[in-house]
Formats: sequence, structure tokens, C-alpha cells
Amino acid sequence: MSEETQNTAADAEGPDSGAPAAQGPGGAPSRRALLGWGGAGLALGAVAAGGAVAAVRSDDTQVPAADSGAAVPFHGAHQAGIATAVQDRLHFAAFDVTTKDRAELVALLKEWTRAAERMTAGHAVGDGAYGGLAEAPPDDTGEALGLKPSRLTLTIGFGPSLFAKGRFGLEDKRPDALVDLPRFPGDNLDAARSGGDLCVQACADDPQVAVHAIRNLARIGMGRTAIRWSQLGFGKTSSTTPGAQTPRNMMGFKDGTRNIAGTDTAALDEHVWVGGKDRAGWMTGGSYLVARRIRMHIETWDRAPLQEQEDVFGRDKGEGAPVGKAKERDEPFLKAMLPTAHVRLAHPDSNAGATILRRGYSFTDGTDGLGRLDAGLFFLAYQRDTRKAFVPLQRRLAAHDALNEYIQHVGSAHFAVPPGVRDKDDWWGRALFS
Amino acid sequence: MRAVRFSVVTAAATVAALTAVTGCAEKSDGKGDGAVQVVAKDDACEVSKKKLPAGHVELAVQNKGSKVTEVYVLFPDDRIVAERENIGPGTKATITAEIKAGSYEIACKPGMKGHGIRQKLEVSGGTAAKRSPEMDKAVAAYRTYVQDQADETLPKAKLFTDAVAAGDVEAAKKIYADSRLGWERTEPVAESFGDIDPKVDVREDGLEDGQKWTGWHRLEKALWQDKKLGAEEKALAPTLYKDLLDWQKRVGTAEITPTSMANGAKELLDEVATGKVTGEEERYSHTDLIDFKGNVEGAEKSYELLKPIASKNDAALSATLDKRFAELNKLLDTYRKDKTSYEFTSYEKVGKADRKELSDAVNALAEPLSRLAAAVTK
Repeated sequence: MSEETQNTAADAEGPDSGAPAAQGPGGAPSRRALLGWGGAGLALGAVAAGGAVAAVRSDDTQVPAADSGAAVPFHGAHQAGIATAVQDRLHFAAFDVTTKDRAELVALLKEWTRAAERMTAGHAVGDGAYGGLAEAPPDDTGEALGLKPSRLTLTIGFGPSLFAKGRFGLEDKRPDALVDLPRFPGDNLDAARSGGDLCVQACADDPQVAVHAIRNLARIGMGRTAIRWSQLGFGKTSSTTPGAQTPRNMMGFKDGTRNIAGTDTAALDEHVWVGGKDRAGWMTGGSYLVARRIRMHIETWDRAPLQEQEDVFGRDKGEGAPVGKAKERDEPFLKAMLPTAHVRLAHPDSNAGATILRRGYSFTDGTDGLGRLDAGLFFLAYQRDTRKAFVPLQRRLAAHDALNEYIQHVGSAHFAVPPGVRDKDDWWGRALFS
Repeated sequence: MRAVRFSVVTAAATVAALTAVTGCAEKSDGKGDGAVQVVAKDDACEVSKKKLPAGHVELAVQNKGSKVTEVYVLFPDDRIVAERENIGPGTKATITAEIKAGSYEIACKPGMKGHGIRQKLEVSGGTAAKRSPEMDKAVAAYRTYVQDQADETLPKAKLFTDAVAAGDVEAAKKIYADSRLGWERTEPVAESFGDIDPKVDVREDGLEDGQKWTGWHRLEKALWQDKKLGAEEKALAPTLYKDLLDWQKRVGTAEITPTSMANGAKELLDEVATGKVTGEEERYSHTDLIDFKGNVEGAEKSYELLKPIASKNDAALSATLDKRFAELNKLLDTYRKDKTSYEFTSYEKVGKADRKELSDAVNALAEPLSRLAAAVTK
């Protein structure tokens, strides 16, 4: 594919990502000051509307690469928040659509799109958080006032249930790849943490900005949607930036080193973006998202001997190097690992080349009533076809992974993530509903 | 339940800055030269002057009818400026008040009931604030509704408190929820009298240090959890009735504006959202859905009265509100036998998923309802 992806130099994070690099002696640029950049980009996008929008992206917003406060462009051929350099924080929400009226759902998606445009650029929703009528609640809830855009991205997905017969007339548009995920051995799924008609993934470097975004979308949606479940994530567990150190998960290990880089357009086209050849209609340019809440048995893991821990992963704990190698990014020699080692089983070479793009986050939701830390990995994976990527991969892991002794999948959802919003007139899901 | 003040929002266009000092009947002879002579009969209310200068106003009332009567000076929205009750046949009384320029009504209520016989009173001098007759109409109608609810509640409260005082657990349980309905429908107004709510509708966890627990929920606990009425509970029954009488008497003086009506409607939904959908409100009797329905009905009444104004200013909003009220009512109907019955499913039998559905439906209505005040003031 020759079309530009949204992952340009503008989005790529440097090795220092996560550090508040842009905060010079003059202080960080205010949220409001940064709005101008995003605004200018949006205006340009609108002018260039009509197919060429994606091309505009590559040079319209020169957001400093390592500026964790900057705005990530919202418009593009693909939705931001997939190949975009992974931000530090997550608020993920799954919604039930409560209206039965297709027109109401469409109106909601348009309203959400406009609100998302504003929030990702660092603006308040609607008429803002103050200054309006004293007798009426403000449009915006206000907790992100004064904060920088913080690289907020908002990414929408459509769950299988939205396509159910007799709901919105979408049954013929359900993509084949949007399968009902099979039950995997060891799953202990909680219905209250699974599924959803819609999802919105909010990623940002500031948790308040991510929470604000979901809260305001939920508020706009009331009467048409209701939150089914949501998850906060605090420590990214993967990177889409080449050269960056892989962050550690709650088990203290680097996992997912071999992730797809956000700048590797060839790999993205092959493994992440649904292509024209897939004959996927409205999903062309989109992707499929699997979300899994993976609880870790933290206490028993912490009592596991170091050797066992390293054997379970197939990496050493200090450097993150594969068994027998010196550096994290050294090519792993899979046969040197135990047949049940996580890395060995998850590696593309063990899965006929199947590769996913991971954007997972650690989570901790306090304790579970038995005094155990309710913590783990909120796994998010994007792929071109879930049937060829996550499903076989997870089947293999569920059957053999030594890690299974220390984890349990407790929530699960699958979404079709449509292509990007092209311009000011476009909206989330237009291709599906038009 | 919560000691929240009714949000009295002053909308400049609607509320005249009328600060009236209500004066009760004095011993004065009531025959001063400036006094307005009011002759109250069973079928008439004769007033000697219909135009007055602003300032100190005195009404000399004579009851020449056969029934005990009461006389009111009312704002255009029916709020009480001054009043005198219990004027017996053949007796006299005086009413005094400080009144600013504007239009008022004098009402004689033979038998102390109903709308009364009305006379116009024009007060001039100084600057009279401009009022919207449309808004006055809405407020006056809502005031009538609020008063009616209090009036209808009292006999039921009497049945309830009498049963408690008599130690009749079963009879008291039967009438408990019904005795609260009028209160629940008009809760924000009732709560505007900050001293009544903590006495009649407080829950055990809402008590402040040293505060004695009285009111409906104290008795609810005795009836459903303890399953018996001791001497203490029996003694609390007349106190509850007395406090509710106080509410009935003061409802007419509540400050009500179109925006406070609108936000009051939203507050009724807030009551549902925080106390009823969780089952906290009626944790012993599990009659939460009856309160729920009462709150929704009260909110709907406010909305219906404001709708002529709101729909002109924001047609889309009123269309949404019509729809959401209908949806919530329809959902509530699934929890009762028929649409006239106030026998609702016991809330302990409402499962988690159904509670979420109810909660979502409340949010669906409350969110647009929170924009009603803006639509009214546009």
C-alpha cells in the first residue's frame, strides 16, 4: 500500500518518551497554547478534504517527537491510537447501545466524533466547562482544563453484538473476521467485564485526560449508550517505537519485545490494517481489536523462584534477553527455551508468522476482598484478521503456556475498528452506516 | 432524605425582586384609614380598594360568612405574601405586609379550602419588575400541585402514624409507602425547608452526632427489621405527623421559580440515581420502586408545566424529554401489576442486571433534564 499511514515522524516517540521533555525553563506550554497547532492541522485537513487527506498528515503537524503533552492528529486514513506511539495511560470503555433507533445511534456517533476531535486537540467539549448559563450544567466536565492535550487518542470499535439481526440492520455488514471468540481453556470470563456493542480506547500520557475523555463521551451518550464496563491502565506494557526499551509488566518482565513498530508501514499493512484485497468493504483501513483482562496471581508469582520465572518467559529478568542471548533485542533462539516458554509459544515463528500489534497496559484495581492484589495485564491487540492472528495464538498459549499457572483471563471482547475519520465532515462509522 | 437545599435560582426575567415581610394578624384595630377593607362571605370576597401605593399595606378582614375562612395576599405565581388563617364566622382580623410595586391577588377561602375567591390588587410606585405571565402560570400551577400533594399526604400520614401509635404492625406496613408518595413527588420543595427533611425523611446513616433519629425510616426499621413497635416508636408517630403538618402549612411559602422547578425535576431524578437504584432508601421495606415512581411523577409534573416555554426555546430537548419520560415510565410499568397500581415489585427481588437497566434509564432522562433550566431561561 502506498498510502501514508498516520504514523509519521510526528507521532514517533523518541527513546526518552514518557519523560516530560518539552518542559523547558519557561514552563510547559499550556493546553490552550497547544490547541493552535492541532487546530491548524485540522483546518488544513479540511481544506485538503477528499482522498488526499492522508497525505496532508505527513507534514501538517510538526509535533515534537518526544513531547508527551502534544496533540496527536485525529484525522487520517487510520484511526489514531493503534500504530500511534503508545502513551503512558489508558481508560478503555465498552458500551451497550441502549437505543433501538438507528438514527439515534448515527447521531450519537456524529456527536462523539465532534467531541473526540475537540478533546484530542486539547479543547473542551461543546461550549466548555464554565462561562455558560449559571442555571445549567456546563457542556464539559472540566477536569482537563489547564492540562495539555497529552497525546490523547480516541479509538472506536464495533462489537459483534451491534451486528445482531433485528437491531440496526447491520447483520449483512458484519465482517467475517469479527468472529465470536472461541472459549479458550482456562478462561474464567466475567460477563460484566466482557463484550460490548461499542468500545472507546482512550490513551494519553496524563490519566486525567484519558478519564475526562471517556467520562464526557459517556455523558453525551446517555440515553443512547450506557457503559457496560471499563478499565483503567497505568503502565504501558508494550512499545510501538523501534529502539525503545520494552516496558515491564506486573510480573517484572519485558514481554512483547517483538512488537510491530508504528513506523513500519509494510508490517502494518501486512498484519494490522485491513486492506483492499481483503474485500472488507467498510472495514478497509480499519483493524480488529481484541481486549482481554488478564488477572495475574501476583502473590504466587512473587513466590516463584527466579529460575522458574525466567523459564516461564524464556527471558532473563534483568536485561530481558532471550535465553542464551545477551541483549533484549537479540534474535531469540526458540529451541533453547522450554517448549512451554511464553516467548517461544508466542513468537511468530511458532505461529506461521502470525503477528499482532500489542498496546496492553498494566492494571491494578485495588484488592479483591481476599487481600490479593487485583492486578494484571489489560491486553489489547490489533490485527488484520483475528481468525489468523489472536485466535490461533491464544489457542496455542492456552494449551501450553507455562504462564497459565500464574494468570487467568477474566474479561474478553472483540471489536471491529473502522478506518480513520478523514476530515471535519467525516464521522466514526460513516462507511458502516451509510 | 439528603439535607439539600432546593436550588433557588433567581432568574432575572422571572422573579421580581419582591421582598415581602409577612406580618401576622396584630391586635391593631384594623381600621386605619389606609387599610383595605376585606369582607369575606361564603360566596364573595369584597375588597374596598384595588389600587394601592407600594409600602406598608394593611388588610382589615371581616368574616361575614357562615364558614371559617382564611385570607391571602398572593404573588402572581401564587406564592404567599401574607396570610391569616382560622378567621371564624363573625370575627375580624388584620393582615399586614410590606409590598413592592406589582400585581397581586387577594384570596378569600371559605372553609379554608381550594383556590378561593380571588380579587386583583395593583400596587404601584417605584419600579416593578417585569414578569412573564407564562412563567407565573407555570409556577402557580406547580405551587398548586405541591400544595395538593401535601394536602393529600396528610390523611395518609395520619393513617400510618395512627397505626404505629396503636402498635398495629401490619396496618402500618400496608400504608407506609403510600404515606410517603406525596412527599417523594415534591421532595425538592419539601427539602427547601431545611429543618423538616432531617426530621421526617432521614436515614440512620444520615444522622449527625447527637441527632435523634425520627421520621419514616426510623419506623420503617422497626416495622420490617425489628418487626415490632415499642413504646419509643409509638411515641414517635405523632411527632412525624406534627412535622408533616408543618410541611403542609409552609409549602405555600416556598420560593419557586421556573428554573428551580426545572432543576428540582432533575434533583428528583438525582434522588433516584443516588438512593433508589441502589436500594439504600428503603433498605428494610424494599419499597424503593414506589418512591422511584413518585420522584419521576414529580419531575414529570414540573416538566409538563414548563414544556410550553421549553419547547419554544429548544424543541429538540423537549422531544428528547418526552421520549425519555415515556421510556422510563414504560420500564417502571414492568414492575407493577397495572398502570394505576402503586404496588411495585419489592426491590430486593430486582436483580443486578435489572438495576443497571433502571439506572441507565434514569441517566438517560436526567442528563437531558439537566438542560431544562437553560431551555426555560433562554
